[in-house]
This record gives sequence, structure tokens and C-alpha cells, in this order.
Amino acid sequence: MHNHVLSDLPRTAMEKPDKIAYSDGKNSLTFREVYEQSRKIGSFMHKEGIYKKPVIVFMKKSPQEIAAFFGTVTGGNFYVPVDEEMPAGRIRMILENVKPPLIICDESTEKKAADFEVENCLIKRYDELLDTTINDEALTEIYEKAIDTDPIYIVFTSGSTGVPKGVVACHRSVQDYVTQLSETLGFNGDTVFGNQAPLYFDACLKEIYPTIRYGATTYFIPKSCFSFPVSLVNFLNDHQINTICWVVSALTMVSAFGTFDMVKPEYLHTVAFGSEVFPPKQLQIWRRALPDASFTNLYGPTECTGMCCFYRVNREFEEGEVIPIGHPFENRQILLLEDGKEVPFGEQGEICVRGTAVTLGYYNDPERTGQAFVQNPLNTAYPEMIYKTGDIGRYNDAGELCFVSRKDYQIKHMGHRIELGEIEVNVDSLEGVKMAACVYEDVTKKIVLFYIGEASEKDLMVAMKAKLPRYMLPNRTIKLDRMPFTANGKIDRVTLKAKAKEE
Amino acid sequence: MAPFVRQNERNGMDELLKILNELHPEVDFETEDNLIDDMILDSFDIVTLISEIHDVFDVTIDAKYIIPENFNSADAIYALIQEIEEED
Repeated sequence: MHNHVLSDLPRTAMEKPDKIAYSDGKNSLTFREVYEQSRKIGSFMHKEGIYKKPVIVFMKKSPQEIAAFFGTVTGGNFYVPVDEEMPAGRIRMILENVKPPLIICDESTEKKAADFEVENCLIKRYDELLDTTINDEALTEIYEKAIDTDPIYIVFTSGSTGVPKGVVACHRSVQDYVTQLSETLGFNGDTVFGNQAPLYFDACLKEIYPTIRYGATTYFIPKSCFSFPVSLVNFLNDHQINTICWVVSALTMVSAFGTFDMVKPEYLHTVAFGSEVFPPKQLQIWRRALPDASFTNLYGPTECTGMCCFYRVNREFEEGEVIPIGHPFENRQILLLEDGKEVPFGEQGEICVRGTAVTLGYYNDPERTGQAFVQNPLNTAYPEMIYKTGDIGRYNDAGELCFVSRKDYQIKHMGHRIELGEIEVNVDSLEGVKMAACVYEDVTKKIVLFYIGEASEKDLMVAMKAKLPRYMLPNRTIKLDRMPFTANGKIDRVTLKAKAKEE
Repeated sequence: MAPFVRQNERNGMDELLKILNELHPEVDFETEDNLIDDMILDSFDIVTLISEIHDVFDVTIDAKYIIPENFNSADAIYALIQEIEEED
């Protein structure tokens, strides 16, 4: 098959068998190991008759987790990453949505996986799967029968109703994204990636697929490094990392505390960032520290397979100025729409995406798929899906696309996309809470939760931890005697936002 | 003057505990001494903490001080604040 996401893996494994493909600094897999282990896992699935099914990968972030992803695709299935950071309630919702026939786990997650008692589902440790004999004939047949619109993964993103949405992406979208991103940022066989993004979102596509295409290397940077800027830069230097695609908050962590006065990244030449607004002052500190490096702003929703637009920083920005999201990659078009029509140049409209990058929709969720993936209103001649991002954008005078705001209560916090409604629904369901409302304080970047009820702030925090992923936990929890309402009876979020600012 | 100094220290520690308790009301910061190794404080918490310490104590914590040993307990954080205050 043409366009298969793993089409480059056999060649790379042949050309660079002993080169490290993925490593966390201590534990590594070479290309030959990734190839062989993924073929064993694929063969296991074939032996069990698991084909064209969602397979849960519930493992500690590791090189082996990537081989489990590839093994799932090798077996003709699609992977659904679940992480130990996710609370049990959220994992259960994911399991109920996808109904997996198999969960791949490791020693650290084996017990938790068994506790879910999923019906008709095998639970296997990664190392057990490696006992399988590779069935070349079966794997070749699976490969040849695959088509490029077959799904390869589902990743779950925040949903305002409290139920996360599973975005399904196919070979073709990922392959095209890898091509466009790699050409734009100049990835090649000498690229050494320093990965920051978790593996349970599409953000990690930037590193894991270019690594096999070019025979590059990806290091997973330990999460603890991102709290300690000097150890973070030391990690980059120890492993000669030259390319990073991080959330803005991780870059700011380094630049805001004078880290470059002590230590500088020696090998870094390519820096990409996204998901959030980069304060010009911090960008400036980075550019001064690394005058020869390229800096690229990326933008894109999960529903459009990684990133859609890029802007290579080529000028200075004043404090308060917006760094553009620039222009779409090839094979994608951005439409700025309002009421089904394109807005005039310079005016604001909803950012809508058309092209190969648009994913297949939300898994087992026709209703919410239908709300966001819609017929292109500018085309009445034949079926053509576009994705409505809910982001508002406009073109600046230079013709560069700029992000303006959100249409709804979705926020970006520490690089994570969060529906404030999802937090509220979960908190409302807790004992001792009568009503909850969340606001995002843009200046200090804090999620502030207001609630009324008998529960103490402490008890509430403990209860929320069992329901929400850590990145969704409010940074401040404030108990009120009464909730402010607007004249027409809605929660008065303007007042709450002002209150959050005062705190 | 000794009792007066002790009083100040107590107040400073109370201020710090207040900041910490607002971040994580569910944690007992007076006894917890593994805040980093047990992953109670994440990178967002560290950034918030440094900025609030700056506001309350007028102390700037540079990268060279942002190491795990200085953040594993309220006592360690408070000792760091005092160390930087003395340097100034």
C-alpha cells in the first residue's frame, strides 16, 4: 500500500539497525528492535483474530509504548493511548466508547488495567507479547490490504458535556502531515528530537513518525526536567538534542528565570512552539540566546491531524503584539467563515480547515461529529467535509493569519486543550457541591473554580483528583456563599472573572 | 531582639504555607517533605510558587536556585527564601 505510516520502517531498520530510535535517556530501542517488536505484536493480534479494531495501549511513557503503537498498526488495528496520569473515571469512559478487544499494558499499569473488568477484552503485558513468533505471511497480507483512509489512532480530547471525544485519524492524513512538517522544519537523519508532549495526544506525531522516516532519534525528556530549567538544558546538551517542538509554557520556564546566563543549549538549531500565545519578551530571550536557530509558531486542532499552519519568526515583536499563525501547510486550506460565507479580508471569522488533514471524525459519536465536521458551505456541488475549529481568526495587513479568540469556553492551559464545561460537569457531580463555575484568568494563566455547597476546598480538591486529569485541576478553588447571576439567569462569568483577577 | 526575629520567621513561614495551601489545599505542607520526588508539585506549581514568592517576599528566585532540593518541603523553600534575602 502507498501512504502507509509504517512504509519507511523496514528500510530504516535495514539501513540503521543499531541506531537508537527512541530513548528516555536510560531505556532505549534501536530501529531493528522497534521493527522486530512491532512485528511480534502485530503477529500476536493476527493470531488472536484482532483486526480493524481499537487496541488500548496503557503503558508508562517509554520507547516500548511507541513499538506498541506501531505493533497495533502492523496488526491492521488502530491504537488508543491511555495514560496513568488519567483518572480512572476518564479511562472508563474511553473504554466504554471504544470497547477494545485488547489492552496492552506494562508492569506499572497491569493491575489498574485489570480493575476495569472490560468485557471480552484480553489484557497483555508488552513483554508477554514479545514471545510471539513473527508471521511474515500474515503481516504482508495485512499490509497489502490496508488502504490509506484506514484509521491508525484515536486520541481523546476534552468535551464540554463532560464526556471526552475520540478523534480518529488515518494513514493519509498522518503521512501528509509528516511530509509537510518535515520539509518546513528541515528534519533529516541528523535530527535529534527532544520530545516534551505526552504520547496520548496528537502532538507527539511531530517526533515519532519523522523519526522512522528519516532514521532520526527521539529522546523523551523526563517530565521532572520541565520543573527545573538547568537540568532541562543539561538534558538537551547531554543528548545533543537539536530540535524541539514544545508547548510555550515549557519554553517560558527556561527563558523566564535567567537560565541562559548559566547554561545554553549547545546543539539546538530548530525550535517550534504552539498551542498558546508566546509572550514576545520570552521569545526575544530565546532568540538572543540562540541567534542562529529557527523559531516557528505552529497552529492546529487535533481534529486536523497535528498542526495546520506555521509561521517562521522573521522579525522582532513588540510586547503585546500577536505572533501570527501564518499560512497553512500544503494540502490544507483555511477558510474564515461567518454565517456560511467567507469574511472580507482583514475581518474576523471562524477558522475552518479543508483538505487531507481533516480527520475521520469522533469515534462512536455521530452527533458531535456532525456538529463540527460539516459540508463546506462554499461548495454545493459534491460532498466535501471541513472542520469548524471554533477558533476566531483574522488576516493581518501582511496577509498572515492570526488567532484572535475562542467562540466558546474552550481554553489552552499549559499546552492542553480544556473545555471549562467539562470541569464544571465533573465538579457539579460531586457530593457537597450545589453549583460550580470555572473561569480562566488570562494574565496569571490560572483555572479558577468557584462553587457553592457544603464541601470544604480541601475535600473538593481530593474528590476532583479522582475525576479529572491533573492538567484540568483548577489552580485555585474558591467557595462562595452565593453564585452571581446575570439578569437572564445565567452564571455571571464576567463578575467571576473579575473576582478571579482580584484573588 | 531574639523573640522578635522568631516572630518574623513564623509570619514568613505562615505566608509561605498560605501560598502553598492555596495551590494544593489537600496537602499537609507542614509535614510533607517529598514534594518533588512524590510529584506533588509539577512545573506549573513551581512557576506559580516562584511568582507568588516574588510578590509576597520581594525575592527573585533565579534558575540556579530552581533545583529539586530547594523545593522538596516548605522548610526547604523557606530556607531558600531566607538565603536569597541574606545575599541581597
